[in-house]
Amino acid sequence: MITYSFLQHYWWFIISLLGGLLVFLLFVQGGQSMLFSLSKSDDEKRLLVNAFGKKWEYTFTTLVTFGGAFFASFPLFYSTSFGGAYWVWMLLLFCFTMQAVSYEFQSKPGNFLGKKTYQVFLFINGVLGTFLLGVAVATFFTGSEFSVNKGNIAGLGAAGPVISQWQNPLHGLEALFNLRNWMLGLAVLFLSRTLAALFLVNRLDHPALEERSRKYVLYNGLPFVVFFLIFLIWTLVSEGYAVDPATGAISMEKMKYLNNLIEMPVIMAFFVLGVVAVLYGIIATLLKPKYSKGIWFAGIGTVVTVTMLLLVSGFNNTAYYPSSYDLQSSLTIQNSSSSEFTLSVMAVVSLLVPFVLAYIFYAWRALEKKRLSLQDLESDGHAY
Amino acid sequence: MELLSTSLINWSRAQFAMTAAYHWLFVPLTLGLGIIMAIMETVYVRTGDEKWKHTAKFWQKIFGINFAIGVATGIILEFQFGTNWSNYSWFVGDIFGAPLAIEGIVAFFLEATFISIMFFGWNRVSKKTHLASTWLTIIGATLSALWILIANAWMQYPIGMKFNPDTVRNEMYDFWAIVTSPVAINKFFHSVLSGWGLGAAFVTAIGGWYLIKKRNVDFALKSIKVGAIFGLVSFVLLAVTGDGSGYQVAQKQPMKLAAMEGLYEGKHGAGLVAIGMLNPAKKSFDDGVDPYIFKIEIPKLLSLMGYRDINAFVPGIKDIVEGGYPTKSGEVPLSFEEKKERGQKAIEALANYQIAKKEGRDADAANFQKTLEENYAYFGYGYLDKPEDLVPNVPLTFYTFHLMVAIGFYFILMFAVVWYFEHKNKIQNTKWLQYVALWSLPLAYLASQFGWIVAEVGRQPWTIQDILPVNAAVSSLETSSVIITFAMFALLFTVLLIAEVTIMVKQIKKGPDYSDNNIEA
Repeated sequence: MITYSFLQHYWWFIISLLGGLLVFLLFVQGGQSMLFSLSKSDDEKRLLVNAFGKKWEYTFTTLVTFGGAFFASFPLFYSTSFGGAYWVWMLLLFCFTMQAVSYEFQSKPGNFLGKKTYQVFLFINGVLGTFLLGVAVATFFTGSEFSVNKGNIAGLGAAGPVISQWQNPLHGLEALFNLRNWMLGLAVLFLSRTLAALFLVNRLDHPALEERSRKYVLYNGLPFVVFFLIFLIWTLVSEGYAVDPATGAISMEKMKYLNNLIEMPVIMAFFVLGVVAVLYGIIATLLKPKYSKGIWFAGIGTVVTVTMLLLVSGFNNTAYYPSSYDLQSSLTIQNSSSSEFTLSVMAVVSLLVPFVLAYIFYAWRALEKKRLSLQDLESDGHAY
Repeated sequence: MELLSTSLINWSRAQFAMTAAYHWLFVPLTLGLGIIMAIMETVYVRTGDEKWKHTAKFWQKIFGINFAIGVATGIILEFQFGTNWSNYSWFVGDIFGAPLAIEGIVAFFLEATFISIMFFGWNRVSKKTHLASTWLTIIGATLSALWILIANAWMQYPIGMKFNPDTVRNEMYDFWAIVTSPVAINKFFHSVLSGWGLGAAFVTAIGGWYLIKKRNVDFALKSIKVGAIFGLVSFVLLAVTGDGSGYQVAQKQPMKLAAMEGLYEGKHGAGLVAIGMLNPAKKSFDDGVDPYIFKIEIPKLLSLMGYRDINAFVPGIKDIVEGGYPTKSGEVPLSFEEKKERGQKAIEALANYQIAKKEGRDADAANFQKTLEENYAYFGYGYLDKPEDLVPNVPLTFYTFHLMVAIGFYFILMFAVVWYFEHKNKIQNTKWLQYVALWSLPLAYLASQFGWIVAEVGRQPWTIQDILPVNAAVSSLETSSVIITFAMFALLFTVLLIAEVTIMVKQIKKGPDYSDNNIEA
C-alpha cells in the first residue's frame, strides 16, 4: 500500500538516485580540471574541450533537476541548507554559472575575455564544483550548526520570523574546518577526474591522448580510493544521528551508519557491488592495455555507490541533515518532507523519468556512434 | 515581533530582481528565435532548398550563443528561493517546489538533450530526425517556460492549497487548480508571445541591417519574410492576452492595477490613461496632492478592461487602503487596518495553537485553529506595519506599464508596414524602413523587461499575494553577505553580457554560409 512513509522513502530514493547520477556526470567537471595538464598542444586541448563540451548540459540539467526535486520533496532542506550554508551553495552556483557559457563562447571571435579565460573558468568549475559538492554531501554525515523552529513565523522565537537559523557566522564555510568533509570533497574531485580519464579512454580517437588518459586513471584513481576509504571507514565507525521512530526524537548512536548497512542488507549488497564495479573499471583499464570499457563499470558503479550512500544517510531512522548545534532540529525524511498529496503528485510525475532516460540514451547514442577525432570537429559544423 | 532589517530585504530583492532581469534578457530570444529557426528548417526539409538550410543554420548559431547565457543566468534563480527566501521555501514549498521539479524533469531535459542533436547532428542523423530535434528543443524551452510561469502565477494568485498549522505551511490539495489557474494560462501565453515578438523583432532587425549594408540580400529577405508575419501575429495576440492580463490583475490584484494606472481615487466608469505624467510631489496616498501633472484618458476603458463593464467601479490606492468601496459581488472590502488586525489575529492564533498542542490542550488548540482559519485569508497583513507598506512603487509600475503598451502597439504597426513592403517586393529599396526595423530592436527588449517590472514591482510587498510579504519570507543572513553575492553575480553577468553581444555582432557581421553570389547556384 502506498503510505505517507512509503512516499517519503520513495522520494529519498529518487533524490539519492539523482545525486548518484549527478556525481557520475561530474566526469565533465573532472575533465575540465585536467584541461591544462592532460593536453600537450592546442589541438589536444581543443579535442578535450569538444569531448566534454557535448556532455556538459547533461550534468548541468541534472543539477537543476536535483535542486527542483529536492525543493518539491523536502522543502525544509531547501530552506535550511540553502538559506543557511549560504556561501557553499553560492560559490557552487557561481562556478557553474561560469561554466555554462565557457564552451560556447571560448572559440568564438569577439568573445571579450579571450579563449584562455574561458578555459580557466572551466578549470575553476572543475575543481571547485566537485570539491564543494563533496564537502556539502559530507555534512549529511558530519552535521552542521543550525536550528529549526517553525514557531518563529508566528512570533514564538526571539530571533525574528525566520524558521531556519544558521548558527555559525561563516554560513557554510565552516564545513571546511572539518577534516572528514575534506576527505569526501577530495574523493569526489579525484573520482570525477578518474571518470573523465576513463571516458576519454573510451571515446577518443587519438592514441597519444588515450595513452596519457590511461596514466591519469592511475594518478587520480589512487588518491580517490585513499580519500574515499578514509571517509568511509571514519564515517562507519563514527557516531551517527538516529531517529526514534515513535517520537521523532534524535539521539547519537555509536556506529550508526555501519549499523544501517548491517540492518539493510540489500543496500549493503548494492553498495559493495557499486564499489567493486568502480574498482573493477579502474583496475581493468590499468591492467589491460586495449581495454576501454572501464567507464561503463566505474560510471554505473558510481551511480550505485553514491545512491546507496545517500540512502544510508536517510533510511533506517536516520537524520539525513543533522544539526550538531541542536540535535532536535536535525532534518529527517519525515519532518522535512512535502505533504502526502504533493509527494503523490510528484510520484506520478516521476514515472516519466524512464522515458526521459530513454531519449537521453537515444540522443547520446546518435551522437556517439564512433570515437571523436580532430577531423570530426571540422565536419560537424558546430565545434568549440 | 522583531522583523528583519530593511536593508537585508532590499538587497535580497535587488539580487533576485537583477538575476531575473538578466535571465529575461535571453529567454525571450530563445523562445522566439527557436520557433523561427524551426519554421525555417521545416521549409528546408519540405522544399529541399539549401538556402533555407543555411538560413536556419545561421539563426541556430545565434540561438546557441544566446541559449548558453540563458542557462547560466537561470540556475541561480531556482536556488535563490532557498538561499535568499528561506522562509518562503518552507512556507509554500509544498506547492511551489512541484512545478520547478516538473520543469527539470519534463522540460529542461528535453531541451538540453535535443539541442545537442540540433548542434552536432547535421551529419549524424537523418534530415527528418534533425528537424524533429530542432522542434523538440524549442518545445522543451516552451514547456520550461510553462512550468516556471505556473509557479509565478501561483505567487500572484495562490489557489489549490490549505494552511496546515501542525507543519506551519501551506499544503497543496488541488494540483489541477494550480496548473489550470486562469492567471497561469494567461501569463503563459502573454510571456511566450512576448518572446515570439522579440524573436521576430530580432530577425527583422538583423535582416534590415543586411539590407542597409546591401549584402546577403536573399538571406535578409527570407528572414524578414518569416520575421514580419510571425511578429505581426505575435503582437496582435499580445494585445489580446495583455487585455486578459489586465482583467486578471483587476480581479486578483486590484492594488497592482491601481499602481499601473496611478489611480489613487477610484471611480465608476474609469478611463485608461493613454498618455500621462505623474506628479513627483505626490508623496503619500492620502496627502491630497493631484497624482498627475497631465493625462489623456480613453474614457471608460479601464472599467471595461478590468471588469468587462464600462460603468464598473475601479478602486484606487486610497480606496483599497480604506476599504468599503463598491464591488460587483456586493461584498464590502475591509480596510488595511482591519485586514492587518485579522492578520495579526491569525498569526497569534497560530502561536497559541502551537503552544496548546505542545501542552496537550487539544480543545484549546481546536479553538485556536478555528480562529486561524477564519482569519487566514489576511495572514500576511499581520506582518505589515503601516498602510504605505501595502503600496507598490507607483511611478515605476505606471511608467513601465504604459511604455510597454505603447511599444506593443508600435510593433503591430511596424510589422504590418514591413510585411506590406516585403510582400510588394519593395523593402529592398526602402532605406528608411530598413533603419526603422534595425533600430526598433532595443524597444522590444525594453518592453519585455518592462512587462516583468509591472508584474513583479506591482505586486509588492507580496511574495505570495495576501499570505506572505517579503519581510517574512527572506532568509536570515547578514546584509553584507547578500551585497557581496549581488556584486559577484552582477559583475559576472555584465561581463558575460558584453561577451555575448560582441560575439553576436561578430557572427552577424560574418553572416550566413551562403552569399548573394552563389544564390543561383
